[in-house]
Amino acid sequence: MSEDYVLQLKNIRKEYPGVVALKDVTLEVKKGEILGLIGENGAGKSTLIKTCSGAVIPTSGKIIVNGKEFSEMTPQLAKENGIAIIYQEFNNVGELSAAENLFLGDPIRKGIVIDRKAMEQEAAKAFEQLNIKIDPKTLVKHLTVGYQQMIEIAKAIHQDAKVLIMDEPSAPLTNAEVQSLYNVCELLKSKGVSIVYISHRLEEIFHLTSRIVVLRDGNYIDTLITADSHVDELIKLMVGRELKEAFPPRPLFDYEKNTEVVFEAKNVTGNGDRDVNIQIRKGEVLGLGGLVGAGRTELAQMIFGDVQKTEGQFIFKGKEINPKSPREAIDLGIALVPEDRKRHGALLGVSVKNNINMPIYKTISKLAFIDTAREAATTEKYRKELLIKTPTIQQNVKNLSGGNQQKVILGKWLAANSELIILDEPTRGIDVGAKFEIYKLINQLVEIGKTVLLISSEMEELIGMSDRIVVFAEGRITGELKKEEFEQHLILKMASDIQED
Amino acid sequence: MKENIINSIKRSAIWLVLLLLVIFFTIANHRFLSMNNLFLVARQVSMYGIASIGMTFVILIAGIDLSIGTIITIVNVVCAYLMVKLGFGMVEAVLVSVLMATAIGALNGFLVSTIGIPAIIATFATQTVFSGAAYLISGGIPIFGFDPRFKVIGQGYLGPVPVPVLIMAACFIVGAFILNKTYFGRYFYAVGGNEEAAELSGIRVGRIKYLIYSLSGFFAGLAGIVMLSRTNSAQPTAGLGYEFDVITCVVLGGVSIMGGLGKISGVIAGVLIIGILTNGMVLLNVSSYTQMIIKGLVLIFAVGFDTIQKKNSVA
Ligand SMILES: Nc1ncnc2c1ncn2[C@@H]1O[C@H](COP(=O)(O)OP(=O)(O)OP(=O)(O)O)[C@@H](O)[C@H]1O
Ligand SMILES: [Mg+2]
Repeated sequence: MSEDYVLQLKNIRKEYPGVVALKDVTLEVKKGEILGLIGENGAGKSTLIKTCSGAVIPTSGKIIVNGKEFSEMTPQLAKENGIAIIYQEFNNVGELSAAENLFLGDPIRKGIVIDRKAMEQEAAKAFEQLNIKIDPKTLVKHLTVGYQQMIEIAKAIHQDAKVLIMDEPSAPLTNAEVQSLYNVCELLKSKGVSIVYISHRLEEIFHLTSRIVVLRDGNYIDTLITADSHVDELIKLMVGRELKEAFPPRPLFDYEKNTEVVFEAKNVTGNGDRDVNIQIRKGEVLGLGGLVGAGRTELAQMIFGDVQKTEGQFIFKGKEINPKSPREAIDLGIALVPEDRKRHGALLGVSVKNNINMPIYKTISKLAFIDTAREAATTEKYRKELLIKTPTIQQNVKNLSGGNQQKVILGKWLAANSELIILDEPTRGIDVGAKFEIYKLINQLVEIGKTVLLISSEMEELIGMSDRIVVFAEGRITGELKKEEFEQHLILKMASDIQED
Repeated sequence: MKENIINSIKRSAIWLVLLLLVIFFTIANHRFLSMNNLFLVARQVSMYGIASIGMTFVILIAGIDLSIGTIITIVNVVCAYLMVKLGFGMVEAVLVSVLMATAIGALNGFLVSTIGIPAIIATFATQTVFSGAAYLISGGIPIFGFDPRFKVIGQGYLGPVPVPVLIMAACFIVGAFILNKTYFGRYFYAVGGNEEAAELSGIRVGRIKYLIYSLSGFFAGLAGIVMLSRTNSAQPTAGLGYEFDVITCVVLGGVSIMGGLGKISGVIAGVLIIGILTNGMVLLNVSSYTQMIIKGLVLIFAVGFDTIQKKNSVA
């Protein structure tokens, strides 16, 4: 019964030079349902949904909206037919106000003159409907990612979208923000809006969706009824093999035997942090827990020389260090894998090979000439270990899927062969299979005597991977837990230890 | 919050620089602060001011237009040629040549948007092409002998105010209106701030680029007419190097070369700074080579300021 479906993507195929991103994929969305779309990094999820707006033109296949058939879409057509997409990388303009972003491409106007007042009023109403508190006049660049995304959702609703497609909407959000995202999804569903929800976090998929579509390697694999399916089953369908445990085993860290302190921060203040004291031993994985914005990334930036501390000392391998720039930190043997891949991480217009070798070009060059054999070997090594999905190592990073871009950045810093490796949310947006590989890599690193500082907002990851956890709240340390004391509610309590002043 | 402070300092910084310049030249030369001299400054900058509107739009979308100096030249030559050699009436000649300027702008838009040539190359190419054309049309020699009424545009007065200054003021008002009040003006910010987002929101980015480069041509054309009327003779090198001064004014006025950020009010300050600097230096008998050095330094300062500010706001 095709009338039941508001959106049908039929037999979609998409070819890129050297890659077939989608092979004959079909996806059908019913009215008022939340449909989950899952698959590994590079499975083709983003590509598939982009065909609905014309951001990607399918090589072949049909798009049927409410019975109307299209061979390709445009942003205008999508809008007219009630389809709204929130892309993996956000799409708003920082220099414009919240209200103007809400009306981007379609402002309220009288003739050629925009009616700012009316837009602000309408925006205020739209935000109110969603229970979000945003001043319509605020410039979007001053808003948190959570709010920026809410604007995108508000925009979709305001355009009276019948189908809302969200590509990994929760990846950059804090737990509280994810909660309000849930609420908004339920609200929309009750109004008869259909939602396509892409996520690597299976608990979200289970919580929200009624049916789940699985893709693997550009192939349609299966559609499941959420209520009748199980996590292990989903993982198996996505990865194509069974994953027994979530974390690879690692011997307990022996604090008696390994007493060498590799890195120490003494009374460090600056960049929003106050009086931070931490010690990390050689070969240890120290987890930094806390809510998003607790000051962990800020500490990492100071250690890495990206931002200067105002007070206190860093001691690295017994010597005080004062890195003034990332270059100095890298030369000292410190690496940082940043959380925001678009802004800090990957060189998008450059090949996978160049990206991975970027920090080590100096060391693998004789005079000014690059040792190309080593360059290729390093790249291949990390491509294999991190399961980077790319047709060749010459491919531009911007053509990789979001998760694979993240892996390239990770590979780049691992290649730098540093002593202290700071990983800031290393598995955000990364699929289950690759997550496991990254955990294995962390284990390998500490096994050969490297030290890891792991920043993560994912509780299970933090507990599963750390030898010790230090918890941050509002720019200071609120607690420390040994392995035997690890417990989710304890960490949460420390993380929400907010001083009143 | 912090960013707001930085922004407001930045915005007032340019007016502060302007004030300091005025104070400096007032002390250094008693003739500087006379009514006559100030109107002279305004008249001198009027062509920069007019052309800067289009350039502001172009830079707002992270583009550049190197062809405006040449557009000014060819408008001079063509308008003069039409009036003197072909016997066109004043109004017709002005209309035709400004239309031609707009068409050259549209050609830039075609090259940048439809073909996809980077703006710096595309407009550099049209610059070269049309400066050659200007030489061919004029035969390399000045054209003069216009209807005496033609002088009004560049040399006339309305009360105490020079007509070109009025034209400039009108252009600034139109420019500010477009940017703040019209929907397509807001699209300029959207395209400059996040081109992909603009496109995916249903804004036809290609058309916006056509519009912007055409407007840049149009305003350069107007500036060309004012210049022709002021000099009362068309020189085959009339607009040589104008793009440099106009870009300086715009960037000095706080329009970010990375796109998406800038206001007409800032550009007005930028134009005034360049005007006062030039005028003041002439009054102080600074040699024209030294003037070039100082203007170059001013540009470095302006762009440096912009870049440092951007850096701070990212961190
Ligand atoms: N412009 C492009 N040129 C070449 N290949 C591309 C391009 N865009 C996507 N691909 C390829 O298509 C495949 C599917 O990518 P897509 O972004 O759809 O994956 P995804 O399922 O969204 O992954 P993720 O979970 O990492 O976001 C990838 O192998 C990617 O490298
Ligand atoms: Mg994706």
